[in-house]
Amino acid sequence: MQRLDCLRAIYPHLEDRIVVTIMGAVAAELQSIGHRPNFFYLQHAMGLASSTGLGLALCLPNEKVVVLDGDGSVLMNLGGLTTLARYKPANLVHVVFDNESLLSVGGFPTATSTGADLEAIARGAGIECAATVLTVEEFEEAFRSAIDSNQLYCIIAKVEATGPKKYVTDLALLENRFQFQRWIQQKVGQAGSLRRVGNPPIPDQPR
Amino acid sequence: MPVSQANSRVVYEAVKQCGIRLLSALPETWLVHLIRMAEDDPEMKLVRLAKEEEGVGISAGAHFAGVKSAMLMQNHGFLASINGIVSFAQLYRIPLVMFISYRGHFGERDPWQTQGGHCTEDVLRALRIPYAFLDAPATVEKRIAEAQCWAYASLHPAALLLTRELMWEEA
Repeated sequence: MQRLDCLRAIYPHLEDRIVVTIMGAVAAELQSIGHRPNFFYLQHAMGLASSTGLGLALCLPNEKVVVLDGDGSVLMNLGGLTTLARYKPANLVHVVFDNESLLSVGGFPTATSTGADLEAIARGAGIECAATVLTVEEFEEAFRSAIDSNQLYCIIAKVEATGPKKYVTDLALLENRFQFQRWIQQKVGQAGSLRRVGNPPIPDQPR
Repeated sequence: MPVSQANSRVVYEAVKQCGIRLLSALPETWLVHLIRMAEDDPEMKLVRLAKEEEGVGISAGAHFAGVKSAMLMQNHGFLASINGIVSFAQLYRIPLVMFISYRGHFGERDPWQTQGGHCTEDVLRALRIPYAFLDAPATVEKRIAEAQCWAYASLHPAALLLTRELMWEEA
């Protein structure tokens, strides 16, 4: 299974979703299909895409958040899976593309190539809805049921260790960051739902 | 436990006053009252972490969502978060507000805290993260408000060091 085919299969379902990806092949391939202002590519800080998704999902409970992660990144923040499981944001779908390799830095094997089972780790962390998929059809079906559900889902997609020829795109990091933030704020209003549920207004300027 | 409950309350009220509604935290002795206050406050979302660096991603997500947040951690947690701070908060211009308990400085009895205490300010300076000390109840609110104001104006992390003078009361 190719990661690019998986991304193409779910691309129509990513319209209007808050999407956070990791660096490397996932970011470059998603951009090659077509960048949208609701996609944020975390081009470093490996491991923190899922934590960013958690922050977004907790603050915007009425929005669906999709995290497109990878085995190398998730292995750097396994504790983050326990934090995700602790809060179980019903509006978060965590996809992990597992190519058993650190592809963009020479293709050296990760521990998933020697038996580390990310689905078992996610379940062990307390994420009840975790599944491993091996074909594009299975992936699309799992993704659709995850996005339609009201539960935290973790989908491990086993993909080939192949990727694009280059990883740097012409989208500047800060352009992406500000465009993403503006898209969210236009969609949900100036502040997140912590404000909308009746807490005191959050001042734009501290006193 | 001689951690000052009264001064923890002063810090917590100042945190609320400047609009912070999400705190990510990992416990340590000096932070117990602050974490309990966040836990008991229905207006505050407390996110309990496995490791402090997760808090950088959570605060960035909260910022994108329009919610003011802060990290609450020991200086060793700050040291454990450095790549996230540099490669996310600084690279992507996130106004990350960090409350850091300044363990291991003069007066510290726990041997294991001392090396972290010895390098905390040097590391903050090396990262060009401005910081202020929270060392007296009378100035806590102003210093927190000013640090947060600067973080949002510059879109850069800022740190507040919770000191022994403020947090510890000898029995």
